[in-house]
Amino acid sequence: MISLAGRDILHSWSKFVLTGIGLGLLIGVTLTMAGVYRGIVDDAKALLNNSGADLWVVQQDTQGPYAESSSIHDDVYRSLLSLPGVARAANVTYLTMQVRLNNTDVRAMVVGFEPGQPGEPGYLIAGRHITRNHYEAVADVKTGFQIGDTIQIRRHDYRIVGLTQRMVSSGGDPMVFIPMKDAQEAQFLKDNDAILNERARTAANPSLNRPGVPGLLEAIQASQNANRNVNAVLIKVLPGSQPDMIANEVRRWKHLQAFTRVQMEEILVAKLIATSAKQIAMFLVILAVVSAAIVAFIIYTMTLGKIREIAVLKLIGTRNRTIAGMILQQAIGLGLIGFLVGKTAATVWAPFFPKYVLLEPGDAVRGFVVVMVICALASTLAIRAALSVDPATAIGG
Amino acid sequence: MKLNIFFSRKFGLAAFATVLLIGFGFVVSRSGPLAPTKVSITRVQSGSLSSSLFGIGTVEARRTYFIGPTAAGRVKLVQVDVGEHVKSGQLLAEIEPVDLDERIRSLDAAYARASSAVVAAEAQRRDLLARQTVANLNAKRYRDLGDKNFVSPSAVESKQQELASAQAAVDASDANLQSARMEVVRLKADHEALGQQRKNLRLVASIDGVVTSRDAEAGSTVIAGQSVLKLMEPNSLWVKVRLDQGRSRGLANGQAASIALRSNPGMPLTGKIVRIEPLSDSVTEERIALVAFDQIPVGLSIGEMAEVTVQTAANQTGLTLPNAAIKQTPQGAGVWKLDDGKPVLVAIKLGASSLDGLVQVLDGISSGDEIIVHSERELSAGGRVKVVEKLAGTRQ
Repeated sequence: MISLAGRDILHSWSKFVLTGIGLGLLIGVTLTMAGVYRGIVDDAKALLNNSGADLWVVQQDTQGPYAESSSIHDDVYRSLLSLPGVARAANVTYLTMQVRLNNTDVRAMVVGFEPGQPGEPGYLIAGRHITRNHYEAVADVKTGFQIGDTIQIRRHDYRIVGLTQRMVSSGGDPMVFIPMKDAQEAQFLKDNDAILNERARTAANPSLNRPGVPGLLEAIQASQNANRNVNAVLIKVLPGSQPDMIANEVRRWKHLQAFTRVQMEEILVAKLIATSAKQIAMFLVILAVVSAAIVAFIIYTMTLGKIREIAVLKLIGTRNRTIAGMILQQAIGLGLIGFLVGKTAATVWAPFFPKYVLLEPGDAVRGFVVVMVICALASTLAIRAALSVDPATAIGG
Repeated sequence: MKLNIFFSRKFGLAAFATVLLIGFGFVVSRSGPLAPTKVSITRVQSGSLSSSLFGIGTVEARRTYFIGPTAAGRVKLVQVDVGEHVKSGQLLAEIEPVDLDERIRSLDAAYARASSAVVAAEAQRRDLLARQTVANLNAKRYRDLGDKNFVSPSAVESKQQELASAQAAVDASDANLQSARMEVVRLKADHEALGQQRKNLRLVASIDGVVTSRDAEAGSTVIAGQSVLKLMEPNSLWVKVRLDQGRSRGLANGQAASIALRSNPGMPLTGKIVRIEPLSDSVTEERIALVAFDQIPVGLSIGEMAEVTVQTAANQTGLTLPNAAIKQTPQGAGVWKLDDGKPVLVAIKLGASSLDGLVQVLDGISSGDEIIVHSERELSAGGRVKVVEKLAGTRQ
């Protein structure tokens, strides 16, 4: 028994293949859009994963450090370390800024961390961890920095000693890790003009610059330039401890806000990236519907294009089942080619996107099922049209 | 001919299907959950590392001198300016003496007067001594005449009384003279005291040094203890270095240090640790060490930032690993070891570390073990890995 579908495909294989590739590219775009949406959500989760923390302790009544700004004293971690169940606690600062390399600058989230503590990059893809407590940096590979580069953050130069990967902020900006004390300075130290201006203002204030009290002005100015704040304390709990219990303890007795991993994810996914994620999701839905419609129309018009041949088949007495089978097989074949091309294309071009595109296998499977179902549904329309054709059409009726 | 076309079509289609399937298979195996994690590995070997510490500090003067008055006053003149070298004992500034000179002149007059009073008292004493001599002779003569009853006893007693009076007058003049002399001494001491006070208003250099700050100008009023000028000894400059407490192990006096000044970071200078402060900063959690230059560079400015690298111990041998391989877990440090091509987390004990990123491993692994250094994502025990030469390049 010969395959009617196979024969037909062979007859006009270039048309079939080109249609399949075209369909595939459309499916690829849809899969990529799904990947963009997943990527946005995954960026937010990567931020939480990479911090390696079970609890985030921030300023009272804020939802920091990612969604809101938060500022707490840098010795708070000592009192947190003494809570039962806390294994490790470390200060951390986050500051999104332009990091300069020669004449260009890169948007990056500068993270101040304590080496060997939560907040440190968990793995490197090149180089080493920071060994000096000043002026060394580990950068995400997405920044485009290389080992040995000298980057500029505020007034100091930092040497890149290590590279890491997938360390991004919730907005997808790559991270640059620098030692805690440098980060505090970068975040809170004003520029030289502002410092001079501030000194002049203080000196002009007669109640602070009193002739009878030498040294008062100097003392005030010295205290103005010191800032010993951080954005958050990351806590790693002991195995077997309940982060919720510790969070309650911190909220109740330390007059600080504490978030567990689940709460933080809620803040990031449901609040911080909600609008942009919904925007992409909306677009994804429309794209999926449009793609489905186009797939259906292509299969339908392809069958209509063969209406004369089908009429001939009917004329020579081919059974309806055989004709229906031929159309269904072609539709499924087209869908298969489309999916394979689409998935391959999406995977090939995904790394070139500036932000992370996460192609989940689950999405691919769902996409495959949807494509097949749409092809089958579209073919039923085409089958209806084919079966209702008058055999007389074959002889020019 | 027709057959050929038919077969070529069939082959074309088959070729397309093969290419598509191979492409898809490649994509599935290279990305997604089925793809292995790319890693780079190193073999544990024994080596040597020289541990050193890194800190930043500022250039400071070991001794700084605040030159100022001991009592409130108005500055009369300031003779030196910032940056000038001064010699020990050189007049730097002077405080307005107000009425001090007049008081000295008044004392001078009082002193002259007191000296005259001494002369007058001496003359008076001489006069009284002469009277006493005459009274003594008269008394002796009358006593003899009285014994021979040439004069009445009352006349004798009268002369005796004159002698006693003259004697008393001499005693009084002695006391008077003594008092006048004492007055001279007192006024002299007062004079000297005022002179000292006057001298105290001259602010002189206590050492050979350089003026670092001119804090008051002529005409401005300063209070006791406030500085008019600040001096420092240029040959006492050193660097006050702050080192992270967590990484200050092995710090000791006398260790060699390399000092990179912010003004000239490419040419590090040599020095050594001369003091480790017994008090460390509990707020910043830093230890403070003082590093002296082997040779103080020309044009060094106080307050300049410097990066200091201290050699704490030379060439310790043992098993070493790059620090990128070390994972911190709540149970302590660990490394991913390749066991039959699968990663296994092994707990290790760490020793000294060097600034170039090598860590000494005391326990947990043995020489020749394959340890994962870099990985493109977090590893899990038993996960699939693919060993590659390197994951990301360095700029050429």
